Amino acid sequence: MATVDFRVAETAHITVDGDQCRGCTTRACVTACPADLFVPTSDGGILFNYEQCFECGTCYLVCNTEGAITWRYPEGGFGVVFRRA
Amino acid sequence: MPEFDAVVVGAGPAGSAAALVLARAGRSVALVERGPFPGAKNMYGGVVYGRILDALVPQWWEEVPFERWVTRRATMVLTGTQSLTIDFRTQSWGTPPYNGCTTFRSEFDHWLAGKAVDAGATLITSTTATSLLRDGRGHIAGVRTDRDDGDLNGRVVIACDGVNSFLAKEAGLYHHPGAEHVTLGAKEVLALPREEIERRFGLTGDEGADFEIIGCTGDVPGGGFVYTNRDTVAVGVVLHLPALAASRKRPEQFIADLKAHPSIAPLLSGGELKEYSAHLIPEGGYDAMPELVTDGMLVAGDAAGLCLAAGIWLEGVNFAIGSGAAAGRAAAAALRRGDTSAGGLAQYRRDLERSFVLKDHKKLRRAPGFVLNPRTQQAYPKMACDLVEQLFTVRNPEPKAGGLRAAWRELRRSDVRVRDAARDAWTALRTYG
Repeated sequence: MATVDFRVAETAHITVDGDQCRGCTTRACVTACPADLFVPTSDGGILFNYEQCFECGTCYLVCNTEGAITWRYPEGGFGVVFRRA
Repeated sequence: MPEFDAVVVGAGPAGSAAALVLARAGRSVALVERGPFPGAKNMYGGVVYGRILDALVPQWWEEVPFERWVTRRATMVLTGTQSLTIDFRTQSWGTPPYNGCTTFRSEFDHWLAGKAVDAGATLITSTTATSLLRDGRGHIAGVRTDRDDGDLNGRVVIACDGVNSFLAKEAGLYHHPGAEHVTLGAKEVLALPREEIERRFGLTGDEGADFEIIGCTGDVPGGGFVYTNRDTVAVGVVLHLPALAASRKRPEQFIADLKAHPSIAPLLSGGELKEYSAHLIPEGGYDAMPELVTDGMLVAGDAAGLCLAAGIWLEGVNFAIGSGAAAGRAAAAALRRGDTSAGGLAQYRRDLERSFVLKDHKKLRRAPGFVLNPRTQQAYPKMACDLVEQLFTVRNPEPKAGGLRAAWRELRRSDVRVRDAARDAWTALRTYG
């Protein structure tokens, strides 16, 4: 959308440990991420992208598996930019 | 290696207020912002209440980048097919010194940061603070950033790095981290012609409307809102994070349901989606706050959990500015005395306890639990709507039932135990009375 830009950094600020996700039954990130960045795969894993992240922090806070989602702020100047709509 | 009196992390309302106060006190201040400009990372669903700005920026209303001055404040209780609204309007909020305005944070935060820069603060954008620096005594003495040679030394750090505050967490100040005290705010901004907004919401000129809604989020505790901007309308929901995660219903769907409600849909129909965005809100209130002071560091704004989510009062930017300014004053005083240890900075907490920031939070400490409990969320909205429907449904030849009798019947018909209702009434009285 025109008023939300994403300046995509080369390195991801979210990392997901796919092995830990395969045993997950709650899939809280899939439900709660407001940007819909986490998608379950047919083999029980999780596909994710970091490019259109609002940087809210929902995913790491709702994840109930210690260390499955590692989240930090993107490199300075990168990531989401909100402007006047 | 740059050396500042103070390093303020985050150029939101808290950080900019802190930097402004410190710069005016003649201190060298770095104001570090990870976005390409202040406000780039910030959104809210709300109103900026400006009284706290009076002391910082006299006549601020003549220059603040506002959308509309809120003159109409509606509190709505919804069920799937009913709504009950307390709709208040006053023309006095539409004239100086005003009460509150809608605004875009990308513009408001940018403006307030500009005031800090005008006062002499050094704004450093596109720079993420990645960790704390400590001196030989273990006191916090600056931040490491993701810039090359990016250490910023300061005799005091003010962490205004938002609801996720990695700096306050690294310093060990959070005793209740995690999702329990956090809600997700998600909103859409819809474009409508200016005159259409004014017609639908009954506004003229710069007047604005603010609708706060409860009972619109089903099994997930939360609420909804509708705000008017100049030529857009913001509509969104606030959702208790652990319940959202367990619900299997995505945030967009809650917004879609609210937009489809018969009381809301006519306000928004035909609006063109301009923006969808989301942010976390620290809603735990007084009992969920981190420690605010440690050796060499103060915490303010959302980083300190200072959003007020008390049902009928939903405020955050004013608490951020109030706490940021108090942090700036405490830091300036500590620098003057040459003691930025926790003891030297203790004035900050005392100041907040004497100001609205912690007075309001302390008085309303039971509000988050009261507002998010399932009875307040679903049972009472339904009882209230059903009661009013009973009162206004004419059942001739049946005579009218008295109001109290009808209320008692609604209570008995609901699955709320009288004991719980009485306790909630007492809590509400103690909290809001």
